[in-house]
Amino acid sequence: MARFLVRRLAVMVGMLFAISLVTFLLFIVALPGGNPAGMLAGRLATPAEVHLISVHYGFDKPIWVQYFRTMEHIFDGTSYSYQSGFNVLSEIEAGLPTTLSLALGAGVIWFLTSIVVGTLAAIKAGRYTDRVLTVLSMIGVSMPVFFLGAILIYYAGYKASLIPISGYVPLSNPADWLWHLIAPWFTLSVLFIGIYSRILRSTILDTINEDFVRTARAKGLSQRQVLLRHILRNSLVPIVSLWGLDLAQVIGGGAILTESVYSLHGVGYLAYQSVQHFDTVTLLSIVMLTAFCVVLLGAIVEVLYAFLDPRIRLQ
Amino acid sequence: MSAGAPLLEVDDLRVSFATEDGLVRAVDGVSFTISPGEVLAIVGESGSGKSVMAMTLMGLTRGPNARIAGRATLGAVELVSASERDLQRIRGASIAMVFQDPMSSLNPVYRIGRQIVEQIRVHDRSVSKQEASARAVELLARVGIPHAERRLQSYPHEFSGGMRQRVMIAMALSCSPRLLIADEPTTALDVTVQAQILEELRVLRQQSDAGIILITHDLAVVADIADRVIVMYAGRVVEHGTLDELFYDPQHPYTWGLLGSITRVDRDTSTMLPAIPGMPPSLLRTPQGCHFRPRCPHAFAKCMDVPELSARAPDAPGHLDRCWLEVEQKRKLRVVGDQIGLASSEPVIS
Repeated sequence: MARFLVRRLAVMVGMLFAISLVTFLLFIVALPGGNPAGMLAGRLATPAEVHLISVHYGFDKPIWVQYFRTMEHIFDGTSYSYQSGFNVLSEIEAGLPTTLSLALGAGVIWFLTSIVVGTLAAIKAGRYTDRVLTVLSMIGVSMPVFFLGAILIYYAGYKASLIPISGYVPLSNPADWLWHLIAPWFTLSVLFIGIYSRILRSTILDTINEDFVRTARAKGLSQRQVLLRHILRNSLVPIVSLWGLDLAQVIGGGAILTESVYSLHGVGYLAYQSVQHFDTVTLLSIVMLTAFCVVLLGAIVEVLYAFLDPRIRLQ
Repeated sequence: MSAGAPLLEVDDLRVSFATEDGLVRAVDGVSFTISPGEVLAIVGESGSGKSVMAMTLMGLTRGPNARIAGRATLGAVELVSASERDLQRIRGASIAMVFQDPMSSLNPVYRIGRQIVEQIRVHDRSVSKQEASARAVELLARVGIPHAERRLQSYPHEFSGGMRQRVMIAMALSCSPRLLIADEPTTALDVTVQAQILEELRVLRQQSDAGIILITHDLAVVADIADRVIVMYAGRVVEHGTLDELFYDPQHPYTWGLLGSITRVDRDTSTMLPAIPGMPPSLLRTPQGCHFRPRCPHAFAKCMDVPELSARAPDAPGHLDRCWLEVEQKRKLRVVGDQIGLASSEPVIS
């Protein structure tokens, strides 16, 4: 376990370095529109002013110096947006509670719901319930978030006043927090439930034919015991691995549409605005955060793997 | 063999499955009895219905596409019509089963101790986990697993194939079943391990009065351990007799073919090993009359009718077979060279 963690940490550092380098080259150096100083100075600036800005921000230094300075700023929290002048770290910090609330809540909902839906579809395979669930899954997978969100806001929020229309309330007021997150959770989960339940259904149908399931029945276990202890437990690995990656992506600002539709000012919303304003410094930081989450949750998922299937060794 | 009441009485058991291609008659009217302490071997090629028959006794073939008829009585319980609840109580307790492939028959994600304890406790909730674990240690030791206490904590993938089959046997014995069904328990194992597993079954038979149904296609295994033998072909019993009757006075041409195709040390190694010509029939479209007719060199007009399973040799009332030939005719026809075999058996490379 200790060796696993050390190795994972080394991998994490290496991956973050690689990702940061690529993102830096893409966003800062190969910036569409050319010289960042020129963009910052505006269209009416004189060459002298552009040069002044270039020197001020260090755009005249060699690329590798620029890279290390940018990284230094990101990690010591003194990175400022060229556009707004805000501190990028505090911007992200301000958005994290919202995004974490959205991601973790939705993550639990879509994981558990998928297990129920996928299992139900599998044990009723080929029958009416399975067909209905298949159609629902397909609808869920193909329903765009902005469309589903808009419909919910209009009908359930505006017309029927069942849910708040938008916005985020901090966790210090738990009831309101929950109240404001129900619709975003649902909206974000629908796609994942559709995908995960399909995958779980087919994994279960594969597992049902395994010899050890026949053994479990031959031991005298009830259908439910066979299903829960032997079939389901052995069918979870694929969706657990997906779950880790998807959750990491949502925490790292991937729920851009959901956050925008419901005006949740989280990391995804920040990413959306950064793209709109060509705010490369903020974007770079968000990409780094996403990468960090993906690598971290990847490691956690591997630990979960080893727990779910003892044949997998941590290494 | 005890002369008391039979342990299990199977009467005209029929199992068929509705498939897209038609009705598959996997078991076509099988009847037999087994007494406590007896080892009954069921022999036949793959697809002859032996496994389906055994699984049906445990109620494991039930499903929307399965048609099951006939009776199988274990003590006071009729297994074919028993409710799923009753069957759950019987499975693993009164009837236990050891399967063919020990590599895949244990759940890979649970420690083997837990898997044995699970079976003990599902049938008797009053047993504590500690007591069940202690019993599991005893069982593992009994089937010859060294360091049983420590091995309880091992996962199946940490055992070899033979050891896993011992675990399966220990698990099957955990509730002291009255009937043990071993479905090709040695087929997936090395020859030396096979011998060890058979030894375990032999010891088990001496130690308890459980009846054992041994399903196999290996006549050497049968000769080793069985009291009585049933030969199945395409879903039907074609011959049924004691070990000696079957090996020394086989009545059905299919049995001759099986006996003729055993590798034997006393056979001249330069000759080819005979095999039964042709392939077993598809259970979707079985031949009219005797199922073995298309492959049988001795078939004649009467074989278009199904022969009854009955005693034909006057000196052996318990020796049943399904062949229209006269006993004296058979005794002549079955001699090929100086051994028992099927006359037109085609040679294959030995």
